Amino acid sequence: MVRQLRHSAIMRPHAGTAAYPPDGHSPPVARRAERGAGQDGGEVEIATDSGDTDLPTGAVCYLVAVPVAAFCCLLPLLPVPAPAGVPRWLGAPVDWPKVGLLAFLHGCWESLAQGQPTPCRRLLRALLRRPSPPARPPARPLANAFFPVLFAGVLMLAPAAAALVAVPIALLGDTRPECRRRQVWNGAQLALSAFAASAVFHLLAGPQLLLGSRFPAALLPGFAALAAFCLANGVLVGGMLVLAEGRRATVLLRGPAAALGLPVLVHAAGGLMVAVLWQGPYGAFAALLALLPLSISAWVFAQGHRERDAHQATVQALVQAVEIKDAYTRGHSERVGKAAVLIAGQLGMEAERLRTLRFAGILHDVGKLGVATELLRRNGPLDEAERRAVEVHPVHGYELVREIAFLGEAHAAILHHHERMDGRGYPSGLAGEQIPEFARIISVADAFDSMTSTRSYRRGRPVTEAVAELERCSGSQFDPVMVRALVEALAVHDWQPVLPPSDDCIRAVPDIPLGVPEPVRSSPRRVPAQGGNVPTAGPS
Amino acid sequence: MSGGPPVGGVAAVHAGAVVLLAFAFGAVAVRGMAEPGVALAFTVLIALGECVRITLPGDREQAPIGAAGALAYALLGPLRGLPTAHGVLQAVAVTGAGLLLALLPAVALPRGVRRRSRAPWRDRARLDGAARRLLGAGFAAAIFQPLYNSGLVDRFSADGPAYGVFLTVVAALAALCDATLAAVLRRARSGLRFPAALEDELRSLFGIGSAIAATGMLVSLAAGEVGLWALPLFCTPLLLAQVSFRRAAAVRATTGQTIASLAKATEVAGYTPRGHARRVADTACAVGRELGLSTRELALLEYAALMHDVGQLSLVEPVPDGATALLPEEEQRRIARLGSEVIRRTGVPRQVAEQVARLADPWHGRPKADEPAVPLAARIIRVANAHDDLLTAARGRGVGEAVGRLEVLEVLRLGRGRVYDGRVVDALVRVRG
Repeated sequence: MVRQLRHSAIMRPHAGTAAYPPDGHSPPVARRAERGAGQDGGEVEIATDSGDTDLPTGAVCYLVAVPVAAFCCLLPLLPVPAPAGVPRWLGAPVDWPKVGLLAFLHGCWESLAQGQPTPCRRLLRALLRRPSPPARPPARPLANAFFPVLFAGVLMLAPAAAALVAVPIALLGDTRPECRRRQVWNGAQLALSAFAASAVFHLLAGPQLLLGSRFPAALLPGFAALAAFCLANGVLVGGMLVLAEGRRATVLLRGPAAALGLPVLVHAAGGLMVAVLWQGPYGAFAALLALLPLSISAWVFAQGHRERDAHQATVQALVQAVEIKDAYTRGHSERVGKAAVLIAGQLGMEAERLRTLRFAGILHDVGKLGVATELLRRNGPLDEAERRAVEVHPVHGYELVREIAFLGEAHAAILHHHERMDGRGYPSGLAGEQIPEFARIISVADAFDSMTSTRSYRRGRPVTEAVAELERCSGSQFDPVMVRALVEALAVHDWQPVLPPSDDCIRAVPDIPLGVPEPVRSSPRRVPAQGGNVPTAGPS
Repeated sequence: MSGGPPVGGVAAVHAGAVVLLAFAFGAVAVRGMAEPGVALAFTVLIALGECVRITLPGDREQAPIGAAGALAYALLGPLRGLPTAHGVLQAVAVTGAGLLLALLPAVALPRGVRRRSRAPWRDRARLDGAARRLLGAGFAAAIFQPLYNSGLVDRFSADGPAYGVFLTVVAALAALCDATLAAVLRRARSGLRFPAALEDELRSLFGIGSAIAATGMLVSLAAGEVGLWALPLFCTPLLLAQVSFRRAAAVRATTGQTIASLAKATEVAGYTPRGHARRVADTACAVGRELGLSTRELALLEYAALMHDVGQLSLVEPVPDGATALLPEEEQRRIARLGSEVIRRTGVPRQVAEQVARLADPWHGRPKADEPAVPLAARIIRVANAHDDLLTAARGRGVGEAVGRLEVLEVLRLGRGRVYDGRVVDALVRVRG
């Protein structure tokens, strides 16, 4: 899809005003999960949202230069005779009603596809003096959601007029003040891209071919215009990323390649259809009819996005429910998910499985809901029966999430995350390769985070000590492959152990030596997966 | 419900569709087929469209491309500039043939290959949809075709815009007719009140309904210019819309599963008896339907009912039998507030958290001036929850099933107007009495 800028410094003049997240109240994990699995192809972002408010000088110049260039593109619209040497099509007379209608349609449908109130609706509310509803962030802030109208403009209008179509929504779109700079910049870069595309289309004599409905022949300039649009868009956005975030220059090339995907081709085909119908006997009426199904699909798509955010948040709520019971594990689930993704990233797992793995990490201890609160909060040692009661939690967790279809492989991971490589774990006593891959990953991530964070019964340990301990137990308790992957990942990424709640807490926590306790019994009896109570101990 | 939902409406609609189809087939057989090639193309389009159906919220089915194809044939005037002469009955016959043709894969393919195990003629949603589309197409053709064939349309609105307006009016009328039929069928099938069912259908007119109507009109207009190529070409946007509807439906299903799991959390943790949340949700939805809530309100009610006990997770010790209805009022309010805090963070619509937060507020008939009224959904869940808690308690005492039921309803009736909303209690008595 056509890209837009989302750099935090542009979007968020003041750190903490939370302008960026796709949903105002979605928790940070959902946000990060979406970013990780969606746009960046599974790239892990360990650094939390730091409010970098200051842009480098180059980026500031760029921030100003693009709107100025876009303004220059609009100059041919002025009713003055074109100077000599300028091609005729550049200064062609403007069909103002058509430009106005297209700009209006683009504005309405772009807001519709972002799941926001359309400009007409806002105007109506203002006229009726109704209080405006709380501003909602766009459903898909990273992409220009509705492209066909803009592309139809590129195909039907002179370059300057085509650039004008993209402008109004940029100025009227999001009314929240913290988004102003981003809005203006994005509008300017879209206008520039439209200008470039339309210029390419005119250079290849596209308008004549399109008017004559000469079909295979008219497709070539159309495709060239689309490629020019994506190239300009990708390079402009990439430039900002390079200047402001210090990304490598390859972003400039990756941007256009990513933009020119199937969705944009489909939308461009829709735009072509609109342009052809508009120039046919029924004019704008037929074009509107063709736009309706397209816009409804975009709107439904936006709703789907919102609901997807909502369900990620619901998963989060399951975790919060556990954390009500066991306050010391607060944030533990989230960090296990993060560490698991780090490991899997080293193994080269694909994005979709990473997403599932992250959920598996987040939900691995959800079964603790079924364990008496008193046992979870107990500081002292547990007797045999009590330990058994704690050790059914993987089975409870599995029971709980079994019916959530999208968790897929995560089900097995939740059930088996306390198995050991030597077969002395619980609940089923699986050994070696019998243990599902996800469970082996979660087991390492779980132990690592348990050791590095402060619990009620001991202080958190430095990362190096925890790694040494993991390596000591690799082979007997942990899969050596996963331990090695975690060590390699930690060398590249930075892991910040959780800060303990306060100094008083720290003093209250005993300084028990680190170590993974060995199972009490050396040969546990094996039970079927749902059986559930092999008395062994592991890190929890 | 004592008598079960009325099925007279369904029988009437189905009988009407069958009679109309038989009559149309007979007429076409006697009179012969006009432009058989065109008829065949539309039959295939409708049949293909029938094979790719989507599910809308509230267990409704729609076949957007099939419906758009039927509408386009009903509204087909000229084809590539040449007039057509298929008339009303042939339009009905072609739609019916398409619907019947779509049954073929189900008959021909062996059981294992088919996605649905149920035979299509036993699938009530599918039969209802087919009857609706047949009657809808007949209605649109009955308005358009006589006017077109008599030459009136050509005389008064020869140029583009006026013809477009005329088509829009016919398509809008056809959409209204379809919505009414659908509401009649839904009222009969699900026991939803007619106004609520009609509201649902009219609401979906703005969504997929308008896309269907627009595509139908566009295909008939474009076929007038470019011929039969318009069929595949201009149905593509609708196909896209259909894909996004499917995606949205999948996401909705996931949300439902996740919420059900959250509801089960209290059971796994031993705070509530097994199946309590589900039973409360079922009772609440039955009462809500009886009180005429729309599909969207029912969906929110179901979510709230499923999660109404989540707040109990904050209790260190479970309440005996999870019977919150028997706790002191202050404690009930605390649990409700804590539950709504968790729900607020889940990202389900805000009303759900609000409903759960107000759950423990007793019903005094009229709200005081300074506090907002207790939402209807909260009142419903309060009654449904008490119903299940009392029923479980009665079973625990070893009271017989029938006696227990009567006893519980009696207790609820005593609290009518004081603790529980009288309207809700009455509805519960009608539904579960």
